[in-house]
Amino acid sequence: MSEGHHHDGSIAQQVREVEAELEASGIVSAAELEAILDAMRTPADGARVVAHAWVDAAFRERLLGDATAAIEELGYSMHGGVRPQMLVALENTEAVHNVVVCTLCSCYPIALLGPSPPWYKSEAYRSRVVREPRAVLSEFGLELAETVEVRVWDASAETRYLVLPLRPRGTDELAEEHLAALITRNGMIGTASL
Amino acid sequence: MRVNDVGGMEGFGALSVSESDPPFHADWEAHVHALVSALVRRGVFALDEFRDTIERMPPTDYLETSYYERWFRATTTLLRERGLLSADAPADG
Repeated sequence: MSEGHHHDGSIAQQVREVEAELEASGIVSAAELEAILDAMRTPADGARVVAHAWVDAAFRERLLGDATAAIEELGYSMHGGVRPQMLVALENTEAVHNVVVCTLCSCYPIALLGPSPPWYKSEAYRSRVVREPRAVLSEFGLELAETVEVRVWDASAETRYLVLPLRPRGTDELAEEHLAALITRNGMIGTASL
Repeated sequence: MRVNDVGGMEGFGALSVSESDPPFHADWEAHVHALVSALVRRGVFALDEFRDTIERMPPTDYLETSYYERWFRATTTLLRERGLLSADAPADG
């Protein structure tokens, strides 16, 4: 392992000690922590929302109008965390590409996408994507035509964003569950196309 | 301006984007995330206080620590301020 191993190991030990002390004093319980960890490890499935919007035009309209309410039709909720959040769906078109960041910290639609990837939380992404989005997107392998307008959305504690990617060409015959398999996390953040 | 307000700043270098990009590099990171969720749900501290505690870290400390190290330090800081922790773990202020 790298030099970081010892460092990580000592932090891991400190985290265990703090957890043990809080459990001993009854401030948190081991069962409660395990339940939260289990939920975090369960893959989030926001792709279902996008696939449904691709095949159901009426749902798509509801999603773009009020995403917070629309996702509840599919069993998701923005009210499951420590406090309610609002969700806004951003529609990619041939003319507009949306990409999401949280410049201040790491606000992210965990209910739909699970815990965020490390790059989303990095200073490099947070600082640069608002200044030079095309350069950042090209580092993800996404080269957009000059004619495509790029819109960068800065998430907050109260408002989270979900990108509705363009449906890939040649998928007209695919069933909804097969469409969902094409949809990537980065596609729903806006750092990839499908 | 606080150190976390990095939007538009220069000098943070290139992105590091790997193929898999799992949310947690190590198990302790997931444990810190779960611990913060539990403490906020129980009302031990509020999410706003938690964010504020991260954002008022000395700028050099903020920039030298990883994302979940910041979370852990802010957690222990808030717990100590409330007299709920004696364990020898890193904290700020």
